[in-house]
Amino acid sequence: MVNGVTWGSVYALIALGYTMVYGILRLINFAHGDVYMLGAFFGYFAARWIGAAQDPNPFKAVLVLIASMVACGIVGVIIERCAYKPVRRSSRLAALITAIGVSLLLENGGILVFGPDPKFFPQIIPAHEIRLGLGVTISNQQVIILLVSLVLMVALRAVVLYTRTGKAMQAVSFNHTAAALMGISVDRIITFTFMLGSMLAAAAGVLVALQNPKIEPLMDIMPGLKAFVAAVLGGIGNVPGAVIGGLVMGIAEVLVVGYVSPTYRDAIAFVLLIVILLVRPAGILGQNVAEKV
Amino acid sequence: MMRLVRAVLVVGVLLALNRLLPSFLNPYYMRVLMLCGISVILAVSLNLINGFTGQFSIGHAGFMAVGAYVSAVFSLHLGAGWMRSLAALGLPESMAQGATLLAALLIGGAAAAVAGYLVGLPSLRLRGDYLAIVTLGFGEIIRVLITNIDAVGAARGLPGIPGWANFFWVGLWVVVVVLVSMRLARSTHGRALFAIRDDEVAAEALGVDTTSYKVLAFVLGSFFAGIAGGLFAHYNAYLHPNSFTFLKSIEVIAMVVLGGTGSVTGAILAAIVLTILPEALRSAQELRMVIYSLMLIVLMITRPQGLLGSRELSWPRFLRRRAAAEGS
Repeated sequence: MVNGVTWGSVYALIALGYTMVYGILRLINFAHGDVYMLGAFFGYFAARWIGAAQDPNPFKAVLVLIASMVACGIVGVIIERCAYKPVRRSSRLAALITAIGVSLLLENGGILVFGPDPKFFPQIIPAHEIRLGLGVTISNQQVIILLVSLVLMVALRAVVLYTRTGKAMQAVSFNHTAAALMGISVDRIITFTFMLGSMLAAAAGVLVALQNPKIEPLMDIMPGLKAFVAAVLGGIGNVPGAVIGGLVMGIAEVLVVGYVSPTYRDAIAFVLLIVILLVRPAGILGQNVAEKV
Repeated sequence: MMRLVRAVLVVGVLLALNRLLPSFLNPYYMRVLMLCGISVILAVSLNLINGFTGQFSIGHAGFMAVGAYVSAVFSLHLGAGWMRSLAALGLPESMAQGATLLAALLIGGAAAAVAGYLVGLPSLRLRGDYLAIVTLGFGEIIRVLITNIDAVGAARGLPGIPGWANFFWVGLWVVVVVLVSMRLARSTHGRALFAIRDDEVAAEALGVDTTSYKVLAFVLGSFFAGIAGGLFAHYNAYLHPNSFTFLKSIEVIAMVVLGGTGSVTGAILAAIVLTILPEALRSAQELRMVIYSLMLIVLMITRPQGLLGSRELSWPRFLRRRAAAEGS
């Protein structure tokens, strides 16, 4: 159960990026999962560079997290500027194919640069178990994953609800033209959204690497897809929905592994998805939008 | 009468090529050629769903997998028996083999069509991106199921499928799928599909039964995907669930979009280009997928409507252009 919640919060972090970009651009950003992979790798290099593994302390761990988030934020901005902006005016299919192209590019570029074989993420925080009584034990890493994701989600909510930029994001997601008429620089808001989403994905990458230290360029395909499913589950374009979707997915997966069979782990996400979409086509928190003619 | 003559001609040419090609193409080129053919079938069949009807399906590999596995299981378990009884009827071996392959392909295609019907049904309720996600989910579920069914080899793969699919069969199905799409595009039903793509609400208002047409597109598209899967199974003689990942679906979508959605000739062209490209870049080894993805992005930025847009390549148009150019 605790495992489910930890995985769920990771899915939720990635799903937030999907959902924000979709909310603003109506684009399924397939490359988002790859940013998560990059996050893990940036974290790996940052940790090696500052020597966080030799003498682990919380300060260095936070530094690694921040370095990776900043690097991925920059990558997100570059991707948006170079690949997505030119196709924004063309059909959504073209944009989607571009997203797929970027995703393939990051994966294969990753293989080229980082090498195809898995790397081992340094232990920047030594693991130890915490007993909660009643036979329940959790590791301190799980606690950290939960805490960090919680902090990031609260921070995101604060940014979206209470800052000027956040309000501008909401405005843009309602209506590009109207927002532009109100004096909002739509381009800058879109870039900012990509940056935020990529930073969250990077955090997810570092957090996952903390618990499963094997990182490789193709590690993102399944978590990426599942996070995307989580975003849809909660109602795509809806920020709290993404968090709920992520948690539901994480818990459902762990239950399947525990009670049915570990090999069906990857299927449950999609079964859940289809069931929910058939019952509530707009997702758990999504609203049915009446189609205007 | 003309039609019959033409059909006989096509079959004759394909049979002749089937005999001749291996003698002056080395096995590697032969393999690339066969894979091109299978890609063309896949791309044209997905074009029926994505290009004609505008329903966004990203689970085409799932339908292909259904067709591949069903037809392979048929050949493995019943194929030998069928061959024997057909041979007992006095058919020469090659024809008995062909007939069994045909049966296997049709059964695989039918199974994929049933799957397409099941996936098409939710399109009654879902639109756009959500439908896309359901098809994605379907493709993944199929793959995970196959990985877990021991009777079809699970994660070990399914070896020993008779390698009956030769150039003739792939070529024949390419002709069939292209003809069906071309004819469909000019028929009432095809027009209805285009209308749904261009404006679903307007189409419905004009009395197009959008639901049944969408399901029709799904059934037809997945039938041919199943055929392509069956051909792949009987050509490769070995199946593995990893051949049918999400990436395979993406490849097929890339072909359709690159060719220009809705353009049959575009889909054919793009399928050939995108099959040969990774092979041609093989000498660049690690770089090849990077180049492939870069080209995809650059093409989308510079020509978002695809290579051909929604136009078709055709001889009459080409000749008219030539004539006009000479006249001026």
